[in-house]
Amino acid sequence: MASNMFVVPQTRGTVLCCKCGISMAPNPANMCVTCLRSEVDITEGLRKHVTIMHCPECDSYLQPPRTWIKAQLESKELLTFCVKRLETDLKKVRLVNAEFIWTEPHSKRLKVKLKVQKEVLNGAILEQSYVVEYVQQDHMCESCTRIQANPDQWVASVQLRQRVTHRRTFFYLEQLILKHDAAAHAIKIKQMDQGIDFFFANRSHAVKFVEFLGKVSPTKSRHDKQLVSHDPKNNSYNYKYTFSVEISPICREDLICLPPRVATSLGNLGPLVICTKVTNNIALLDPLTLRQCFLDTEQYWRHSFKSLLGSRQLVEYDVFNIEVVSPEYNVGGSKYVIADAEVARVSDYGKLFYIRTHLGHILKPGDRALGYDLYGANSNDIELDKYKGLVLPEAILIKKSYEEKRQKKRGKPRPWKLKSLDMEVDESRGRANEQKMDSEYEEFLRDLEENPELRFNLSLYRNKDYQPSEMVSVSDGDDLPSVPLEELLADLELSEQEDGEDSMRE
Amino acid sequence: MATRLQFENSCEVGVFSKLTNAYCLVAIGGSENFYSAFESELADVIPVVKTSISGTRIIGRLCAGNKNGLLVPHNTTDQELQHLRNSLPDQVVVQRIDEKLSALGNCIACNDHVALTHTDLDKETEEIIADVLGVEVFRQTIAGNILVGSYCALSNRGGLVHPHTSIEDLDELSTLLQVPLVAGTINRGSEVIAAGMTVNDWTAFCGSDTTATELSVIESVFKLREAQPTAIVNEMRNSLIDSYV
Repeated sequence: MASNMFVVPQTRGTVLCCKCGISMAPNPANMCVTCLRSEVDITEGLRKHVTIMHCPECDSYLQPPRTWIKAQLESKELLTFCVKRLETDLKKVRLVNAEFIWTEPHSKRLKVKLKVQKEVLNGAILEQSYVVEYVQQDHMCESCTRIQANPDQWVASVQLRQRVTHRRTFFYLEQLILKHDAAAHAIKIKQMDQGIDFFFANRSHAVKFVEFLGKVSPTKSRHDKQLVSHDPKNNSYNYKYTFSVEISPICREDLICLPPRVATSLGNLGPLVICTKVTNNIALLDPLTLRQCFLDTEQYWRHSFKSLLGSRQLVEYDVFNIEVVSPEYNVGGSKYVIADAEVARVSDYGKLFYIRTHLGHILKPGDRALGYDLYGANSNDIELDKYKGLVLPEAILIKKSYEEKRQKKRGKPRPWKLKSLDMEVDESRGRANEQKMDSEYEEFLRDLEENPELRFNLSLYRNKDYQPSEMVSVSDGDDLPSVPLEELLADLELSEQEDGEDSMRE
Repeated sequence: MATRLQFENSCEVGVFSKLTNAYCLVAIGGSENFYSAFESELADVIPVVKTSISGTRIIGRLCAGNKNGLLVPHNTTDQELQHLRNSLPDQVVVQRIDEKLSALGNCIACNDHVALTHTDLDKETEEIIADVLGVEVFRQTIAGNILVGSYCALSNRGGLVHPHTSIEDLDELSTLLQVPLVAGTINRGSEVIAAGMTVNDWTAFCGSDTTATELSVIESVFKLREAQPTAIVNEMRNSLIDSYV
């Protein structure tokens, strides 16, 4: 309820300034601003000239005692830096506004106009602006000096190894590293036999990278350091740190015979299992019972084991007949159907095998499949011998083969492409290895096409060179699995800029 | 005619003196300079009396008076009261009043016809003021301050008030007091007007920090330039002499 008091509107009168006599509104000092300014100078005692250090190589400025701040001319960061240098002065007055006054970049002078407020006389607050000049002196920062002295100098290195004969894991890891930008701080990346070496300028970058690897693959690591130099007066030591990271040799689609101990700890999982997925856990699937188990990194390394047969040993089979035995099961996101199949190896149609397979949902009579030939294989595994009375199936099918259809598309470019890391390759290898690498890379790309869950973690880019040909519409109904266009990231103008700056090439 | 002076290096002359049309009270200072400044201006016109009130020298702020009378606070000693009665002219009634707010100079601003008082003054005191000083009493504030005696200097010709007084307030006070008023400062921007100066109808005394601008404002609002003391006092003398013969 508003009170009905009549309040007279108050208008402020004007008084004469006590010094110059001009009419003004009354203020606590009762002097006009000009007279007040002539009386009191609030910028008295504040610094008007400051010297700052600038590194011409990396365009950064020194904040004593040791931090170098990267900033462009006339940027917000530079303004913050300049104001911070005047911190002691600005404790006496209140800062209201700061801005740059343009100076010629070659003059090595920065001018900042600061507006400050201070209380004077009897409570009147006076506002005044003044200019501070910063003289820029050139001085190389420590990191630039170190790089200049020896560009290949590294402080920490991470040696990543996997004791297998193929490089599929490293292709996949390369894409993951690119996606997460984990190797942004690496000063050099070198490709070695059975692994990759990463070099860093800072131990903490290396530690961060090792932790990243631990999250995406089952790894075991150890670290060491080597003394490079020692300053006895300072008691400071310079070290070179090395981290040795080993990835487990189990890969996707490997056939594994579990050691009896591990099998019992997983609940008597049939000793023959297929590895379906490798992240920092290893997913194992028993093809005959469709039971899936996960092995933690720790659990794996406690009792480590090797795979029985790897994807190199996959053999092509022709499927003649399929009889579905069980309904469709959903195991860990993927559907499987157990079926009895009549198969024969493509290389030897003479011998028919009647086997049980878990691929009943995609195989039809007349299809081709890839699998492990246990009938013909001569397994030399210690673990296998430990099982007395174990009957090995003659073949285990792993995946459907699209080889025939690929023949038709051979040579045609894909609608998508991948980026790659800038790696130094050890030149002593030779021609044969290069061919092997190329075919492995081609298989890796095919793998990506066939498995959407593999693609999930990576970034694929649209290939500008690809033109969809008119012949595609005439192809047979049973298409090749391919990457739908929606999944591709449009790789627009990024490509032009990248060539100069990052260590990525397409 | 406005004069600039200091009392023992302080510019607050209104604190240590009280000037009216019939008499002038001056505090006792270490040297005679203050007293002689007043004497040189006023000696042959009105009596200049050296006194203290309740043992202090801040007499300008403790007592209030005009040509008809003088009011002193309750803690004035008997000797001081007697001294005042002896030294001042007979038609000036000196009265000691019992008032809780004993700094009468800060609470009452008066000239010979009208007075502004502190809003919380006793009813009795108000009646005594009307009686002894022969004035019409109004309770008022100046620029929101209740100490009207400090923030306003008044004479029969004009008045100077606190600089933050709004225009509406100035108009209202001017109508009440029937004199022109102006808002201004004294002693280089000080807002406590009555402490920095003391004034009567023909002369004013200001602190030495007063700038030329402020001095010109004072001289114009109190109309001191053409004022001749003799004319005013003769007016008074004529009425006095009347009763003799």
